[in-house]
Amino acid sequence: MATAGTDTPRADAARGRVAGRGPGVARRLAGDYGGYALGFASLFALWQLASLYLVSSVLFPPPTVVFKKALALVGNGVLLEHVVASLRRILAGFVAGSLLGIPIGLVMGSFRPARKLLEPYTEFLRFIPSVAMITVAVIWFGIGEASKIFLIIYTTIFIVILNTAAGVAAIAPNKVRAAQSLGATRGQIFLHVALPATVPYILTGMRLAMANSFTTIVAAELIAANDGLGKMLWDGRLFMLVDEIFVSLVALGLLGFAADRLFRWSIYTFAGKYSPTT
Amino acid sequence: MPLVTFDDVAKTYRSMQGDDYGAVEHFSVDIEAGEFFCLLGPSGCGKTTVLKMLAGFEAPSAGQILMDGEAVGGASRDRAVVFQGDDSLYGWLTALENVEFGLRMRRVPKAERRERAMRYLELVGLDGQGRKYPAELSGGMKQRIQIARVLANEPKMLLMDEPFAALDAQTRALMQEELARIWRTTRTTVLFITHDIDEAVTLGSRIGVMRAGPRSQVKGLIDVELNGARDRTDDAFMRCYRQVHAMIRDEVAAAGRRG
Repeated sequence: MATAGTDTPRADAARGRVAGRGPGVARRLAGDYGGYALGFASLFALWQLASLYLVSSVLFPPPTVVFKKALALVGNGVLLEHVVASLRRILAGFVAGSLLGIPIGLVMGSFRPARKLLEPYTEFLRFIPSVAMITVAVIWFGIGEASKIFLIIYTTIFIVILNTAAGVAAIAPNKVRAAQSLGATRGQIFLHVALPATVPYILTGMRLAMANSFTTIVAAELIAANDGLGKMLWDGRLFMLVDEIFVSLVALGLLGFAADRLFRWSIYTFAGKYSPTT
Repeated sequence: MPLVTFDDVAKTYRSMQGDDYGAVEHFSVDIEAGEFFCLLGPSGCGKTTVLKMLAGFEAPSAGQILMDGEAVGGASRDRAVVFQGDDSLYGWLTALENVEFGLRMRRVPKAERRERAMRYLELVGLDGQGRKYPAELSGGMKQRIQIARVLANEPKMLLMDEPFAALDAQTRALMQEELARIWRTTRTTVLFITHDIDEAVTLGSRIGVMRAGPRSQVKGLIDVELNGARDRTDDAFMRCYRQVHAMIRDEVAAAGRRG
C-alpha cells in the first residue's frame, strides 16, 4: 500500500496516453473545473435571487449575508472551532470503523464459515440506523466524545464490511489459484492478493461511509454536544440565529463535497491498477 | 518411475439440477520427467478438468494422481500453472513484480529475486518491459509474463491450459516458437492442454488424444519423432499431423454431435 502513492503518476501517464487524443490539457481542465465553477456560481445566484425576491424573509438569508456572517465567524475562530470538533469526531470514528471493517470484510469474503458466523451481525445491525442508536450511545458513553466516535464507527463499519466482502467475492478465481500454485500461503494470499484486489471496493465503501458519517455526526451533535457543526445548528435554532444556521449548513455541504471529491479522486487514481478482475 | 501418474482417475460434477456429469472416467496416463506432454481433445472433453486436478485446484472423485510417488493433495509450487486468460496476473504489480511474486512469497532476498526475475523476463523476450503494468502490455506479452512468472519459481513441472488460445494467429505462432525454444533450454516437464492439432505437433514430445466427453479418457498416445525447431511443411511433421488427425477425427465429430 505504501508504494501505491508513488506509483500513481505512472498509472496516470498510462491513462493520459489513451485520453490524450481529446482536447489539450488546458481545455480539458477548463472543461472539468469550468463546469463546476459555473454550477456552483449558478447555485449561489439562484439562492440569492430566491431569498431576495421569492421568499424575502429573515428566515431565509441570502448568500451575501451568510458569507458575511461566515467571515465574521472565521475571524473570531468560532466556525473553525466547530468545524474542527466535528471533523475530529468524524475522522476518529471513520478511521477506526474502516480499520475494523476492512479486515472483517476480508475475512468474511475469504472464509465461508466466518461469513456464516458474522452475517447475522451485519445483516441485522446495518438496518438499525445510526441515528436510532444515538440514545443508546448517550446512555452507554455519556455526552462526551466517546458516544460520537462510537456512532461514527457504527455508521462506517457495516458499509465498509459489506463492500470489502463484495470485493473479495469479485476476485477472479485464477488470481488466487495462481498464488496457490506459486507457493503462497493462505495468509499471504489474504495480504498480497485479496487486499490489493479489493482496494476499489474498499474505497467505494469508505466513500459511502463518509457520507453517512456527516449525517450521523450532525444528528448526534444536535442531541448531545458542546461543540461541532450540529451544536451550532442547534444553538442557531435556540437563539434564532438564522445566519449561523445557514453558515453551518453551507460548511457541511462544502466539507462533505471536499471529502467526497477526495475519495472520488483516490478511486479514480487506484482503479487503473487495483482491480479484482483484470 | 514416471514423474506424474494418473491412476484410473474419475471426476464427476453435480449440476444445479442435481444430475451427475462424469467429465472423465478411468483416466490413466503417465508423464515422464522432461517430457513436453500435449493433451489434445475436442472441446468439452475434460482436458481442463484433468489439469485442474493435477494442479490441485480440484480433487478427483475416484482414483488417484501421484507426483513423485506421492498423492496430489492441493495446489503446490511444484506444479505451476499458466492460465488461458490474463485474469491471473496482478494488475497492481509491474511485469517484474508479477514475475517475482512466487520468490517474494518464499522470502527470497530482494536482490536475488530481482536478478532472477530479470533473467526470466529476458528469457521470454520481455527485457526492458519490466516496469510496465499488465494493462499496458499486449495479450501476447501478458502470456509471456505468465510464463516468466512460473519459470522464475522453478517448479518441477508446468501446467499450461490453452495459454495461447485467446491470441491472434500470428502472435500464437510466435509464442509457440518461443515456448518451444524456452523448453529446449530449460527442459522443464510440461503438461500442455490444447484442442489444436497443429499446436500439439509443433510443441509436444508426446501427444495424448482424448475421447469426446462425457466420461472421457485417453484414446491413444503418439510419440512425436521430431527434434529441435519444427517445420510445418516438413514431411515428418505432416505424417505426424495426419496420424494425430486420424485418431481425433471421430472424437471431434462425436463432440460436435453432442455439443
